[in-house]
Parts: sequence; C-alpha cells; structure tokens
Amino acid sequence: MRALSEQHKGVWVFSENKDLMLELLGKGKELAENLKTELAAILLGHNVKDKATELFGYGANKVYLIDNPLLEKPLAEPYVSALTNLANQYKPDILLVGSTRKGKELASRTATRLETGCVPDCTYLSIDANKRLLMGRVVYGGNAVATHFCRTKPQIATVPQRVFEKPLYKERKGEVVKFDVKLEEPKTEIVDVKKIEAAKVKIEEAKTVVAGGRGLDKKEDFAILDELAKILGGQVAYTRPLCEDRKWFTDWVGLSGHYIKPALYIGCGISGVIQHVAGIRDSQIIVAINKDPEAPIFEIADYKIVGDLYEIIPALAEALKRHLKK
Amino acid sequence: MTNSSQEHHYFLRRLTETLNFVSSRKQWIKIMFDGDLQTVKIIVCVKQALDVTQIKADPATRQLITVDAKRKISDFDKNAIEEALRIKEKQGAEVTALTVSAEDAKMILREALAMGADKAYMISDPAFEGSDTFVTSYILAGAVKKIGEFDLILCGEASVDSYSAQVGPRLAERLGISQITYARKLGIEGSTLTVERTLEDSIETIRAKTPALVTVTAEINTPRIPSLMAIMKASKKEIVTWTAQDIGISKETVGKTGSAIQVTEVLAPKVERKRILIKGETAAEIAEELAKALIKEGVVGR
Repeated sequence: MRALSEQHKGVWVFSENKDLMLELLGKGKELAENLKTELAAILLGHNVKDKATELFGYGANKVYLIDNPLLEKPLAEPYVSALTNLANQYKPDILLVGSTRKGKELASRTATRLETGCVPDCTYLSIDANKRLLMGRVVYGGNAVATHFCRTKPQIATVPQRVFEKPLYKERKGEVVKFDVKLEEPKTEIVDVKKIEAAKVKIEEAKTVVAGGRGLDKKEDFAILDELAKILGGQVAYTRPLCEDRKWFTDWVGLSGHYIKPALYIGCGISGVIQHVAGIRDSQIIVAINKDPEAPIFEIADYKIVGDLYEIIPALAEALKRHLKK
Repeated sequence: MTNSSQEHHYFLRRLTETLNFVSSRKQWIKIMFDGDLQTVKIIVCVKQALDVTQIKADPATRQLITVDAKRKISDFDKNAIEEALRIKEKQGAEVTALTVSAEDAKMILREALAMGADKAYMISDPAFEGSDTFVTSYILAGAVKKIGEFDLILCGEASVDSYSAQVGPRLAERLGISQITYARKLGIEGSTLTVERTLEDSIETIRAKTPALVTVTAEINTPRIPSLMAIMKASKKEIVTWTAQDIGISKETVGKTGSAIQVTEVLAPKVERKRILIKGETAAEIAEELAKALIKEGVVGR
C-alpha cells in the first residue's frame, strides 16, 4: 500500500452524469478552498472539448481532458485506465466520483488499481485538523452513520445525487490540460440499451413525495395516492417490497434505491423499516399514515396519523383541494 | 432371402440406427464421458452479514448495540447462489461457495451447501478483523487463485450491512477480469456471457467472455429454501478452512493495519422530529387538521 505523501495536491471531481458533476464541483470547491488548493474537473469522452467552458463556470480551476474514441461508451476498462493514468501523472489529493451505478464500479476499480481506499455514497464530507478528508456514510441498513478517513492517496469518495447543491454559474476562465495516453480496450460490449420509462420529474427533484407501502392492497389503489400527489404538485413513490416482492413497480425509495429529501414526504401504509427510512430521513416534513400505532415510521414522523389510509388519503385530498382552492 | 442374410440385414439396420442415435446425441454423450470439459466452474462469494433489522442503538450515547444481532448470509449473496444453481441445473456446473471472515462463518456455508453448492471454502483468521474492501478483495483474490480454475464468479450487488458494492469490482480488478454489476438476467453459452443489468434509467445488455465476475440484484431470481433433508446432508459435507497463511497472505497486509480506510466513529443518526399525533372523530376531521398544519409549515401550495 502506498504511504501518504505531500506530493498529492488538488481536489478532482468526475461523473458521467452531468447534474451530479456540477453538484460535485460545488462541494469540491468548498474542500479545495479549505485546503487552499485547486479544483479540477475530469472530462472523459470523445469530441467533448466544448464542455470544459461550462465546468469552469461552475467552479473548476482546471479541466483535465482525455479525448479518445474509446471513451465514447462508458465501459469499465478504458475509463479505469484513463482515470488511473491521470491520477498517477498529476497525483490528486482527493477524488470525488458521482455515485451512479457506473460511477461506483469505476471508483472501486480505480481505487484498487491506485492501491487506495474508497468510501462509497458519502452524504457528509469535510476536512479535519490534519487536512484529511472526513467521509460520512450511512451503514448497517440505515441504523448508523459511520465516519471514515483514508490513509492512502488519492482519498476517493463517491457521492450520490442531490446530496450537495449545484453551485451558481458565473462566466469564468480556466486551464484545459489535455492528456494523451494509450487506453485499455474494453473487455465487455454493450449489445443493447433499453430506456426505462422514467417519471416526468425525477423523484429526487420532487418537492412533495407521496409514498405507498404494503398497506396498499392492490396496484390500482395507487390511484388515490396519484390524486393526492397531483393536488400537491408532487410525485408518487414506492417501497422496495412493492417492487421486488409484488413486482408492481421497478424502482423504490430507500437505502438501496432513491435517496430523497423533499419539502414534504407523506408515507402511506409504510411500516418504516430502517432501509426505507434511510432514504427519506432528510425530508423537511415527514407525515406518516398507518393503521398500526406501533409502526416504526412514527418514530421519525413530524405528523402521525393512526388510521386507515383508504379513508384518510381521499379526505386529505379533499381538504387540501378546498384550502388550495383547486 | 435366407435366414442368415435376414439376420445380417437386421444387424446392419440396428447398427445404422445406433450410429444415428449416437451422432444426434453427440453433445449429450460427450457430457456423459467428458463431463469436466462441459462443466462451468462457478465461484460464489458470500458474506456473513449482520442482520441489520436486529441492530439497536443506545438513545443516550447513539452507540450501536450489535452483540445480539444475528449473523446471516447477506441477502443478495443468496440470489448469487441461486443463480449459480440454476446454471448448474440447466447446463451442468460446479458451484463453489467462498467466504472470508474474521469469525467463524461455517453456518452460512452450510446454508449454501444445503441450497445445492458442491464445495465450500472458508478463509478465516482473527487477523482479518477490521478489514476494508481493499483488503477483503485482496484476501478473496488470494483464495480464488488457490482454488484454481473458474469461469464465472458471482457476488451479490452489495452486502446488507455495509452496502458498499465495492468488493465485486475490486476483486475483478485484482484478478484482471471483466465485471458486470447489477445483473437482472444472466445467460452463459460456451465462453460467452450475456447479461442484462439494471441502471438508474436504462437496462443494458452486455456481452463478455469468461472468465468474468457478475454481481446480481434481487430481481434476478427468488432463492430456494432448502429442504430439511438437504440441510441434514449439508451438515456432513466438508468445509475447507484456510487461514491467512494457508493462502500465502501475511498478517500485516490484512485487518486494520492493512486497510486503506479507517473508521473514526459509528453513531446512530440524530432524530429530531416533532412527532405530533393528529386525532379526530372522523377521517375528514383528521384530514382538516393535517391540511392546516401542512399549510402552516409552508410545505404545500405555491
């Protein structure tokens, strides 16, 4: 394993997801200022040079660019070799990678090749008195938050979407560092990509989320939740058992699914197992509706209603409609 | 025709039929006599995880109480075992379960054997205590190299207790093989793998050559529950147990000393919620109260 060295400098950010990249620039800037160092964005792809301007506008001092046809498709081998070669050449102190499914495997492989540590899905990042990166993440199925630091460099963390704010855009200039290196050929081949029908608004971006759980008897019953969500201008979300056990839907809110922090979360017929709670805990206001007064979700709720969701939800929809004059 | 020529003719016909049969069943007969060549060798990595539903926290100190929490096979690792068994039943495979643990983890290997795994390896050493994913993947790679040849390594997408999803890709990197994560469907034909993987907004179909490592999601199958008979049989099967030394790993490179990541604290999250119970005689009354409260909070209406 590599020893810590003073040679490593600078905060780097990378994500193949543009929104996430910008959010990383926001947090990265804060860390870089704290360390009195520069912030660099890693730009990998083919014919992507033009994208550098925007990255400067969101706070990058520098953009390291590898432009190569092998980077057109996001496959592990060329991307891992691009990142590791860059890191070996320019020795960053910190590397933040967007925690998408592709980003996570990229970060894990890159960390292994660089013989360093990686803390995935960080929801807390700061610099300690020893100028180390402190990385906090949820562990034990949402039961705890663990804080880590990395004894080796670069210190790598992956960061989920919507944890940190996208910074403000300002016309700015920066330096583009072009890097040419022979990349590894991919060992896998993408044969087909099917888009999953996504909701019009991403669940992470919804200001209001009405979530349904096992308390709903039939898939069709979600109509009453849809109605409430419509009145509130929000989105409907689901728990994992509805997706995996009952196969009604495909993606869920919770530790292994989407992490959300809306202004208002209304949990309907959701018991509140810790894995689900981990995905909603940072919501501003939590309302829980459940028949069972002992349901654990009440522990983390601001407003608790012990009752039948089939009666409460339509009544709530009516009341809100009246108040909001719709 | 004489009697003997009739017999001769009959013999020839039988011979031709037999030869035709053999030729049409070549693949099948080859498997019978030459099983090893046809068998896919699968290693399934399993983790003895904490049952996170049984973890409690001291409300005053926010410290976790894990001593009473049960240990179990990490959920998605069961999906990995099941997928290996389905390949075995469809086209023949040798399924090896492998675990790395600081404590005794024979229990989860017994479960893997009861489900139908052929072999089980436990790499266990007190020196492993506190290993991060950097080290765990290193130990697993050492064990895989000692076990020998393989076509496919299957892992769960992540473990239920730490949920890092790193060990699979890190192991693939250490072995220098390709990896496909988050598989929802898996097919293997000769040395070609075709895998459907679930991403945030799409389903990707990937083709790769063996040897490869695939991590599976719960979507891929429903793990079988072994019968009582199978559980009893499994209790008699051998579990190969190796220490760090047995796989040529020095103690300084594992555990807390070998790990890149150090943990400074683990605390239960703070809960600061209002916990206001809204009561009423009717649903309409409750709804009215709640609607007013939400408007006051400024979280409804624009």
